Amino acid sequence: MFRATDGLVDRFGKERVLDTPLAEGVLAGMSVGLAAEGFRPVPEIQFMGFIYPALEQMVSHASRLRNRTRGRLTCPMVLRAPYGGGIHAPEHHSESTEAMFAHIPGLRVVIPSSPRRAYGLLLSAIRDPDPVVFLEPKRIYRAVREDFDDDGEGMPLDSCFIQREGTDITLVSWGAMMHETLAAADQLAEQGTRAEVIDVATLRPLDMDTILASVEKTGRCVIVHEAVLSNGVGAEIAARIGEDGLLSLLAPVGRVGGYDTIMPLARLEARYMPSTERVVAAARRALEFE
Amino acid sequence: MTKIVATFEVSYTQILNKSGKLTGPLPAFAQDTEKLIELYRAMVLSRAFDAKAISLHRTGRLGTFPSAVGQEAVCVGTAAAMQETDVFLPSFREHGAQLIRGVTLVEQLLYWGGDERGSDFSGPKKDFPMAVPVGTHAPHAAGVALAMKLRGEERAAVCLMGDGATSRGDVYESWNMAGVWSLPVVYVINNNQWAISLPRSAQSAAETLAQKAIAAGFPGEQVDGNDVIAVYDVVDKALKKARSGGGAQLIEAVTYRLSDHTTADDASRYRSDEEVSARWSEEPIARMRTYLTESSAWKKEDEESLLAECAKTINAAVEEYLATKPLPPESMFDYLYAELPPAYAAQRAAAIAASGEDGDD
Repeated sequence: MFRATDGLVDRFGKERVLDTPLAEGVLAGMSVGLAAEGFRPVPEIQFMGFIYPALEQMVSHASRLRNRTRGRLTCPMVLRAPYGGGIHAPEHHSESTEAMFAHIPGLRVVIPSSPRRAYGLLLSAIRDPDPVVFLEPKRIYRAVREDFDDDGEGMPLDSCFIQREGTDITLVSWGAMMHETLAAADQLAEQGTRAEVIDVATLRPLDMDTILASVEKTGRCVIVHEAVLSNGVGAEIAARIGEDGLLSLLAPVGRVGGYDTIMPLARLEARYMPSTERVVAAARRALEFE
Repeated sequence: MTKIVATFEVSYTQILNKSGKLTGPLPAFAQDTEKLIELYRAMVLSRAFDAKAISLHRTGRLGTFPSAVGQEAVCVGTAAAMQETDVFLPSFREHGAQLIRGVTLVEQLLYWGGDERGSDFSGPKKDFPMAVPVGTHAPHAAGVALAMKLRGEERAAVCLMGDGATSRGDVYESWNMAGVWSLPVVYVINNNQWAISLPRSAQSAAETLAQKAIAAGFPGEQVDGNDVIAVYDVVDKALKKARSGGGAQLIEAVTYRLSDHTTADDASRYRSDEEVSARWSEEPIARMRTYLTESSAWKKEDEESLLAECAKTINAAVEEYLATKPLPPESMFDYLYAELPPAYAAQRAAAIAASGEDGDD
């Protein structure tokens, strides 16, 4: 849909790049079969809004195959899908339901926030011996440009990336929201606040060590995600900071997320999406807390 | 202008009828009496294992168990026709097939007894474990077949499912792929007339389940599922075709579930004893025994000896199963990923410590 696979079939041939009939369930299920036979399938779903037929195969089979066979059969597949809103798309084309997959043991959930990280993380995901759900923020497919070498260098999974170092507050985010979060950090800098900005990148397994080390330094934290606020991955991170970093905190952990509503259609989309202003406001609440 | 652009036919094959009499010519493999005796012995072992499993469940030593009584011919006939390098994908009622494939009795008991080691097959390394969500293994079979096709291998995938599974989207989608990509896969429907309490008549308006393949663009046929010779023959032919690039086949094996759906079910609540009794006269083991006996290939002493042998083999397996200690709690973590991420090390340690406090299981 977004031409991420443009030119692949010319380069790798029809036996490695397959056009399939439209059936997400069998696409994911066949990938389980291919993976068990030693292939590394990379099935692509057109939009996260259409990933749900594949959910059963990912939850009931892909995530469990290694465990239930004690490692005899394994499932090294990467399920890719464009996700998130902000492009005035039709209904169902702007989903951010990464929390559904992040809840499932045995899966990895990876979300890049830049071209270089998309490249490096996808390489690592494909090379990884276990199933990965790789969600590509569609809003930044074209909005962000970055030059780098096609050097085959993967980037680490299971690890946060510190995008900017700071001392006064920790801002945690992933995906396209890194853009708003970094813009908020810029505004805070103008106000004399140095924010540390962390890109989580892998939602499961979660690298809490990096986040906790940062909160220990800054004492304040705001988590930003485009996904619905309640029961989003931000809730997990906030709970863990409360459990393992309470004494570092100078203010409650704040969260900025999508409202607990159905994502509105295009005309109201901008009013739904967490904005730079909302992130700054949440940061100010944390900074001014007494 | 209106014209007919497509019609279809579905064949039904039977070689040995319920009275143990030949109604068709014996295929080449069946002219070797030793081969038939092998198939018969496998069905008897399957049924003996089944009875033992039910008894273990009743005495609290095995979990919920789905009996395959009455369906031994579908399982044995299918698996016996497979090559070692083919891949078998069961649903959950194929004990006789798994035995032939090399899944040991102990492994089967471990699985139904609630131990993951039961799916770590020592024998058929690429066979799939049970697929409890009905029909969800149909896509796996298509994927396995695609792998074989892409590598140009002379192998095929065999997927066994029940009549209930044929109503699932996953199954329709898989058949569509098998047809349009001409995959080396044989789908066998174990049509035992009952999907828990839903009778076949309420499952689908299609006259046969076999014809659903025709809708997907590949051949479908019916076979008498209680006739192990016919089942073997049609599966064998389908596999040879698949392995040589001829694409997919759907085989609807028509049989009857003589038992409850599982030990958690009481089928007398929804079907009559008369119906079930009548079906016993069609069961696969009796007709084969009749045929072998009347061919002077099987005697009363052979039967007694076989039953004793089955009992001995099964009892030894039960002893080994009962003596197998549960896995330690860290095993919940150790097969989650290739390497346990550091994020879960603390939980793993806590699980070990917690069970230490609870004492020995």
